[in-house]
Amino acid sequence: MIALLIRDLRQATRAGGGFGLALAFFLIVTVLVPFGVGPESAVLARIAPGVLWVGALLACLLSLDRIFALDFEDGSLDLLATAPIPMEAVVVIKALAHWLVTGVPLTLAAPALGVLLNLPQGGYGWLVLTLALGTPALSMIGTFGAALTVGLKRGGLLLSLLVLPLYVPTLIFGAEALTRGLASLDNATPLLMLAGITFGVIAILPFAAAAAIRINLR
Amino acid sequence: MSLWEYANPKKFMQTSQVLLPYFAVLAAVCLVIGLVWGFFFTTDDYRQGATVKIIYLHVPAAMMAINAWVMMLITSLVWLVRRHHVSALAAKAAAPIGLVMTLIALITGAVWGQPMWGTWWVWDPRLTSFLILFLFYLGYIALWEAVENPDTAADLTSILCLVGSVFALLSRYAVNFWNQGLHQGASLSLDEETNVHNEYYLPLLFCIAGFVLLFVALVLLRTRTEIRSRRIQAIMARERLG
Repeated sequence: MIALLIRDLRQATRAGGGFGLALAFFLIVTVLVPFGVGPESAVLARIAPGVLWVGALLACLLSLDRIFALDFEDGSLDLLATAPIPMEAVVVIKALAHWLVTGVPLTLAAPALGVLLNLPQGGYGWLVLTLALGTPALSMIGTFGAALTVGLKRGGLLLSLLVLPLYVPTLIFGAEALTRGLASLDNATPLLMLAGITFGVIAILPFAAAAAIRINLR
Repeated sequence: MSLWEYANPKKFMQTSQVLLPYFAVLAAVCLVIGLVWGFFFTTDDYRQGATVKIIYLHVPAAMMAINAWVMMLITSLVWLVRRHHVSALAAKAAAPIGLVMTLIALITGAVWGQPMWGTWWVWDPRLTSFLILFLFYLGYIALWEAVENPDTAADLTSILCLVGSVFALLSRYAVNFWNQGLHQGASLSLDEETNVHNEYYLPLLFCIAGFVLLFVALVLLRTRTEIRSRRIQAIMARERLG
């Protein structure tokens, strides 16, 4: 399992592996928003939490179809299916690898982009905390979506259509926890709900995703 | 005599052929009674005027939008557990109907909202969760369309339906939380069922019954179509081989 994780990480960080693409996308989305809504700092500060969360979510979405597609094409997914580790574990490793190459960099880069959007002081800690709590759920849900569409030739668009509605609760609680944290309100409930979604998703979705992969490999 | 007998496509076709006209006629009768009674023989509401009559389309459509998903959830489970093709095809047949019901509920709601609330759309929890339900239907149908092998498609969509149900419920409560957290907009959602006067309630019951029967008739019809198209595909495949 650790070997698989190392392999996935190495493939992702290799040239052409798409590492950094999500980060660049996140940066561009954040830079485009002020052009769209105007440069007033008050407006930007008001919408910064939502923009950062939506940006991170879309950046996460960008690399989802790579999770299984390459392995499916060159047959290594069939090998993994016959390997002694269960498919559920493979799914978890894949999601973990995806989180390490997209979720973690996004979380670490978010404060810098928060400066661009004039995120109020005191919001940076909450920003990092909510993203750190929420991005594992985004990776796991995305892995499930990728598992559903792995056998399709042009699954990329369909993948977005399937995954985006599933992202709604995570986005709501993540952005809400951040907004309330900024306003110095009590945000324990959305934070706990966000953590609950993340852990619940990690506990349940590997089974659904593994079932979907087995169906697709049939 | 057991319910599972109807999992046999032949038996299902025989029985549904007999039942379909009854459901269709009953649906038409109920809808005509409910809608005509509702539109022409009830007084206008003292505050809402004639717009209150949108209730006869809005409420039943919204109910069926949710119930169609529940029916898809049950038939998907039956397919996953017992591998009855009729069940999977019934789920496939119900999805576009549910989508249209969701759309009807959203559009009639917008038409009703415009004169009453002064806006076509607000990010009220109920409206938002219906929009999300609409997206779920779209994804489900798109997945059915995208996968070529019918059994693979049935399996994948069933899994999506199960996972989607959990997330749809989660979204429902998340959305509730999200809006109440931002502003107290709960006064916008009229709690129709409890407030409504008998004069409106009785025709509404007919309309709801009519929509349920219409839904059953449409699902039967579409399932029969799916079974037939599956048979045609089988015949064509056999002829290509032979």
